[in-house]
Amino acid sequence: MQNKLNFIDILDQTSGARGGKEDPGSFEYTLSAEITSIYPLTATEKLYQIQIIDPDQRKRFSFRPGQFVMLELPGIGEAPFSISSSPIRHGDIELCIRAVGNLTNFLARVERGTRVGISGPFGTHFPLEKMQGQDILLIGGGLGIVPLRSPLLAVLENRSRYGRVDIMYGAKTPAELLFTYQYEEWRRFDIELGITVDQADKSWHGRTGLITELLQERISQTPNLRENTYAIVCGPPVMFHFVCKMLTEAGLPMQKMFVSLERRMHCGRGKCCRCNIGSTYTCLDGPVFDYWSVMNLKEAI
Amino acid sequence: MIFKVFKKEELARLHELLAVNIIVGPVSKGNDRNGKPLYDFDVTYDFNELALDYTQTVHSPKRFVLPYHETLSTFSITRDGWKKHVDLNVYRPLVFFGMHACDINALNKLDLVLAQSTYPNPYYMGKRKNLFIIGMGCNPEPQCFCRSMGTDSVLHGFDLFLTDLGGKYFAEILSATAFDLLTQLTCQDPSAKDLALYKHATKEKSKRYTATVDTSDLTKILDLEFESTAWDAWGEKCLSCGTCANVCPTCYCYGVDEHVDPDLKHASKIKSLHSCNLIDFAKVAGGHNFRPTSASRLKYRYYHKHRGFVEAFEESLCVGCGRCGAACLADITPPEVIASVRGKE
Repeated sequence: MQNKLNFIDILDQTSGARGGKEDPGSFEYTLSAEITSIYPLTATEKLYQIQIIDPDQRKRFSFRPGQFVMLELPGIGEAPFSISSSPIRHGDIELCIRAVGNLTNFLARVERGTRVGISGPFGTHFPLEKMQGQDILLIGGGLGIVPLRSPLLAVLENRSRYGRVDIMYGAKTPAELLFTYQYEEWRRFDIELGITVDQADKSWHGRTGLITELLQERISQTPNLRENTYAIVCGPPVMFHFVCKMLTEAGLPMQKMFVSLERRMHCGRGKCCRCNIGSTYTCLDGPVFDYWSVMNLKEAI
Repeated sequence: MIFKVFKKEELARLHELLAVNIIVGPVSKGNDRNGKPLYDFDVTYDFNELALDYTQTVHSPKRFVLPYHETLSTFSITRDGWKKHVDLNVYRPLVFFGMHACDINALNKLDLVLAQSTYPNPYYMGKRKNLFIIGMGCNPEPQCFCRSMGTDSVLHGFDLFLTDLGGKYFAEILSATAFDLLTQLTCQDPSAKDLALYKHATKEKSKRYTATVDTSDLTKILDLEFESTAWDAWGEKCLSCGTCANVCPTCYCYGVDEHVDPDLKHASKIKSLHSCNLIDFAKVAGGHNFRPTSASRLKYRYYHKHRGFVEAFEESLCVGCGRCGAACLADITPPEVIASVRGKE
């Protein structure tokens, strides 16, 4: 039997803590987590508070605003979700999830206490350190407010380090507006909050119209955005198109304008190719890109 | 590199020495409707079953490192939670007896993205590291354009590579295990005549290619011709069936599905290889599809293989084996697609 080949156990060669980007043993490793509370936001979206169960793992879990996690429910599915909570809360994360597919419709029916698997955080983040001392425009359409909430909360915790902060948020109808219970709080933190809907109903006293109108008013207050402003834009492709164009015309440099792109990752680790734009993996090189990178990605938005 | 030569009769002895392991090799699978012999890789027990003079297997050897369906993990579910169990689905080494240069090059390319990048994939690595590969020289088929892709010969990623010199095999040895094996055969160091024969054989082989692809500046040309109407014409022909990805030795894209067992106490997470030509490839929650047309998906496949992968790894994700064109129900071949996109220069 001298020619029987030795079996190589690849996981034997690696040791130490799981979770490193270079550790093959971490690939299918999931942090055990619990849905501690579920807060319905609209008819289709709920805010899930999710806590990593092990206290050490919870403390070690750290993310930057803009990153996402893969959430897994055994037998139902696994999908990427943008983290919507403040980074200082570590492994006590909040995910805002719309019931739209197999996994998310199931999540809409579960009760608090449900155990889920979390892996990540994955992807790139908004450069909040670079944004210090500057004005910030957070521009979101529809579900696009979800990835904006994490940088917003991070800014609120360091409010003195940033200049003027504007949120411009548009939804189709008043009933689809997310996080309505927090608007007053944000305003008290000296955030300029502009909200608009496409179709008003009887109860709506706010603005009706496109988000670009809000942006136009904001731009007219500061003639040139070149020197002192950063922008983060999240929303449907058509919104990206018009908003980014307006910002560019207002002088905002492409590398000071950030977007978060949506793709349906199946792995989150640069292996399944489902989020590829060309050979750019949205999960590794994104989901946060500056506008210059987006311009160079064909079919990005 | 260390070179040896041995008489052809010794090959059966090499097989016998390795037969304590599981051996996979090319075997005959009957004929197609035109009477052309068909080959595929399969587990073999008998040296005489191996069709070492095979032209090209219909499928690539990919399924031995990237199974079409693979259980990534299983779960046991209890009233108050669940546990996840991970199994890499590799239990023993595998001997590959008679792999052509293109297919070894394909594994080397897969290594770049699956084993040597961030988040290495242990399911792939476990299988790949447990392969003992004996490469075998080949005869170019009409669909082969590996010479254009620079993959007609292979420099690493195997243990032993054999080239037919008539009565003998010329052996390139890349591992200590392979060297040990050869010490159990009657081998000689190659003579000056053997070296001349080897050089002659490789030179003669390079003259027999009929299919070519002009890869000069291809990454740039694909970028320039992103809006070319040539893509639409190929999109019209393409059936979006995914056969090309199925037979491709380098296509590794996949999707993941989870299933609950009927007893409701267990569940599994299953990875299935996908194809970027399938309609749902770039569909996101809510129904938006980033590549709704056949043309946009076909274009993406070329874009990934010949541009994106080159940007990331300085080489293309295509080994020019031509299997995709040979298997395509709509007769779409990479040499024709690339020539049409290049247009008249």
